[in-house]
Amino acid sequence: MQKNSEAILFDHNHDGIDRRGFLKCMAWAGTGALCVLQGGVLKSYSLSDPSHAKKAAAGDLSFVQISDSHMGFNKPANPDVAATLQAAVQKINALSVPPEFILHTGDISHLSKPGEFDNVDQILKSARTQDVFFVPGEHDVLEDDGKQYRERYGKNTKGAGWYSFDKKGVHFIGLVNVMNLKAGGLGSLGTEQLEWLEDDTKHLSKSTPLVVFAHIPLWTIYPEWGWGTEDSAQALAYLRRFGSVTVLNGHIHQTMQKVEGNVTFHTAASPAFPQPHPGAAPSAGPMKVPPEQLRSLLGVTDVNHVHGSHALAVIDSTLE
Amino acid sequence: MKRSNTILGIAAVMVVSLIAFPTLERKVSAGPPTAEVKIDNFSYSPATLTVKAGTQVTWTNHDDMPHTVTSEDQSFKSKALDTDEKFSFTPSKPGTYTYYCSIHPKMTGKLVVE
Repeated sequence: MQKNSEAILFDHNHDGIDRRGFLKCMAWAGTGALCVLQGGVLKSYSLSDPSHAKKAAAGDLSFVQISDSHMGFNKPANPDVAATLQAAVQKINALSVPPEFILHTGDISHLSKPGEFDNVDQILKSARTQDVFFVPGEHDVLEDDGKQYRERYGKNTKGAGWYSFDKKGVHFIGLVNVMNLKAGGLGSLGTEQLEWLEDDTKHLSKSTPLVVFAHIPLWTIYPEWGWGTEDSAQALAYLRRFGSVTVLNGHIHQTMQKVEGNVTFHTAASPAFPQPHPGAAPSAGPMKVPPEQLRSLLGVTDVNHVHGSHALAVIDSTLE
Repeated sequence: MKRSNTILGIAAVMVVSLIAFPTLERKVSAGPPTAEVKIDNFSYSPATLTVKAGTQVTWTNHDDMPHTVTSEDQSFKSKALDTDEKFSFTPSKPGTYTYYCSIHPKMTGKLVVE
């Protein structure tokens, strides 16, 4: 990966962000590149570049997103999701800039079994950071409307488990869109949560960078497979005035990104099993691949914020 | 008569009776009528099943992901079914019951009870 820099070429929004260049940079992310926005200039570095550590140290905030560990799944293409989750934690621990905390965007367990949650907790104990924030996936709230999930991970959350917190000037919002799913429908936030979201962000200055994380994508990727959230438009309307919004989701077990105005949407790969691209298979289920290819389709996501810059740098890496 | 001939003779009579009186066999193995729905590839098949009231309908999950069988009107609801697990429901009232998977709500099916 060569060192490369891109000056602002297209500044249509007159805010110093070259979105086309940013998108191009994010497309390199699959190869393990780090894109850092500093004062409107995009620079990209290979993750193995030693100067990355110095540059990233100029970043104020670094965290990791993992998603869809599906502890308890034991079929092709991955009969041992505990081993690949361990590998993901090792990957996190090997990052040159240690993350301050981890966001887990849900489907922690496969069947909401206590032992499955226990296993994930056990494996995460070996992560360099013990600060982990969760939102549930639909596999975490089976049978009990999420009661067990909230007892384990939802202390100090509201409703079905939504909440917000601040880290170094960045406002984080965890949303739950996997409850009360209607027949034929997509993910759903619900009125109570939307009202809370409006209230939660009402008094924030529009220059506060926001990170919104939820399990099911908050943009419509492929409705045929339920890859979208029915009422996310209302949520995004509340966030429109902010200069930088990063949306982190899971559920689809592959990385995908989209930039729309000031909002960058990103989905993470799973450390358990990959799923097919939209429409590329008869259904969304686990994609079977030869064992030697498996880890190249599993991954974690590293996120960095440089104080004063608009967008967060989102970098995906695969397990192999 | 040789013993083996006697046995053969008795066997022949039994076979003939079974052929002549097939209803006899059905009465012996009587039970409630049954019907099946297979769950695979994030879908129910048949997508619409029509049965008489009192038929025991059994859903079997052949998919590699868990699914549920949840009726929209709350009249029946399975727990999460892992691969090879089953759920049975015997409707007593005629009507059309639409159902879906509460984990993957895009999966829908219909049970028509006559």
